[in-house]
Amino acid sequence: MLGQNEQSIKKRMEARVAANKVLMVLFGLATAVGLVFLVLLFYRVLTQGIGYLSLDYILNFPAPYPDKAGIYAGLIGSVFLMIIVATFSVIIGVATAIYLEEYAPQNKFTDFIRVNIQNLAGVPSIVFGLLGLTFFVYMFNFGYTLIAGGLTMALLILPVIVVAAQEAIRSVPAEIKEASYGMGATKWQTIARVILPASIPGILTGAIIALSRAIGETAPLIIVGAATAIYSLPNSLLAKYTVMPIQIYNWTGRPQEEWQYVAGAGIIVLLAVLLLMNSIAVLIRNKYQRRL
Amino acid sequence: MNKVIEEKANINVNQKTRETNGNQEGTVEKTNSIIEVNDLNLWYGSDQALYEVSMDVPQEQVTAIIGPSGCGKSTFLKTLNRMVEMVPIVKTSGSIKYRDQDIFSSKYKQEYLRTKVGMVFQKPNPFPKSVYDNVAYGPRIHGIKKKEVLDQIVEKSLKGAAIWDELKDRLHENAYGLSGGQQQRVCIARALAVEPDVILMDEPTSALDPISTAKVEELVQELKQKYSIIIVTHNMQQAARISDKTAFFLNGELIEFANTDDLFQNPQDKRTEDYITGRFG
Repeated sequence: MLGQNEQSIKKRMEARVAANKVLMVLFGLATAVGLVFLVLLFYRVLTQGIGYLSLDYILNFPAPYPDKAGIYAGLIGSVFLMIIVATFSVIIGVATAIYLEEYAPQNKFTDFIRVNIQNLAGVPSIVFGLLGLTFFVYMFNFGYTLIAGGLTMALLILPVIVVAAQEAIRSVPAEIKEASYGMGATKWQTIARVILPASIPGILTGAIIALSRAIGETAPLIIVGAATAIYSLPNSLLAKYTVMPIQIYNWTGRPQEEWQYVAGAGIIVLLAVLLLMNSIAVLIRNKYQRRL
Repeated sequence: MNKVIEEKANINVNQKTRETNGNQEGTVEKTNSIIEVNDLNLWYGSDQALYEVSMDVPQEQVTAIIGPSGCGKSTFLKTLNRMVEMVPIVKTSGSIKYRDQDIFSSKYKQEYLRTKVGMVFQKPNPFPKSVYDNVAYGPRIHGIKKKEVLDQIVEKSLKGAAIWDELKDRLHENAYGLSGGQQQRVCIARALAVEPDVILMDEPTSALDPISTAKVEELVQELKQKYSIIIVTHNMQQAARISDKTAFFLNGELIEFANTDDLFQNPQDKRTEDYITGRFG
């Protein structure tokens, strides 16, 4: 088949196969870099923090002594904050996505909005902190409270949720939308009965991933005034609060070595919560994607 | 959507070679017509897809629309229930009357039109729901909630689509698990559940195997006792088998509209003759 060129093709083939092997090793090494650092991170956090991690640690408020200190205020504060963030960002984000994908006319103005929502998703979080400080803390006069922090974080992840929801809505096949319109359904009926049920896995996955970004954020909350040491749980939207990353950041800044271990234990709790949220996202995706 | 764009492109090409002549509507004896189309023009943006189409669709008969790809037959069909307006750049002129009412009038709700003029699509498009929920979808969006009433409608519609016996024990299975032919008949049942007068079918058998196609064709024959059916088809034998009247479209114009037997045996227009004898298209 290859005729007289067979010899030279054979020769080149060896070189090609060898190049393939070399590249495979290089790509593998690139992957290993990430993995190695991840393992190192886990190793260091676990060995440093595990000694201080106990039920007491999870259920104690911060204290002046390392062996009495706990992350309870931060953990519950983070949970409360996430409830506020999820409520506002998911409702507003999904409504925005529905408007942009289904109702808005296709023109230059809406194109401009679409592009800029994507740009907003890349704005540094500290900028959102300043926005929150200006509007929620001072202008609305919420002060350094849970609601101010929650709304700031909701704004921070809103663009991410809008983009994820837009993609999920756009992936609903046009055929089944046509089927609904073809029977005299209105736009809203089609959205509520066909589009949302088909896109909810994508929306939820996007929302949980955005929330797990928010739960680890520190910078904007420092600006809108999350407390660093607090000895009670927030009992209203206008209460003072703290969150895990702020608590951890505070501990790492102390001079005594024991506090580093306390911070390490905090990081383990934070990572555990993150991992839990991400596995819920994966579960949802797997459960629903098989159905479509 | 892709299809529409494709057709648009074809029309663009064809425009240059268009022959100029008026419509020849052939010989159609007067029967009661349910839809009257007068001087319909349609543009996608600046590309004209339909030219001065006038046609009276007879009641309780099967009207077939044939023609080569990109001739505007699907566009025409989708104009009859205003689905074509889902493409935002569409403009129309002329009039379409359903039971003597202008469907383009601003007072006329397109949601109402679509309950009267139902549609079955080219590719079976059930919802990712159970057979029951698929068929009950239409009645539910129009506000029927009682279980007994819905049960009756579902049974009647599935019987109407000749698929009740096959599916009566599988009503709560997901419709995605059915064969393509079964899915298409569920889609027909779903359209019947809204109790329309007219059923538009856009190449309903093009994605089906011959046996499923035969079943759908048989069904069309039964349905015409109660419904007026307009069916777009690529398949001229199919048009000849199942329709009472046939319309031939070419490059966005209605070339000839006549009794099916007359059109196939004795076409009045040279272009119709060329098409049905396979000289192009």
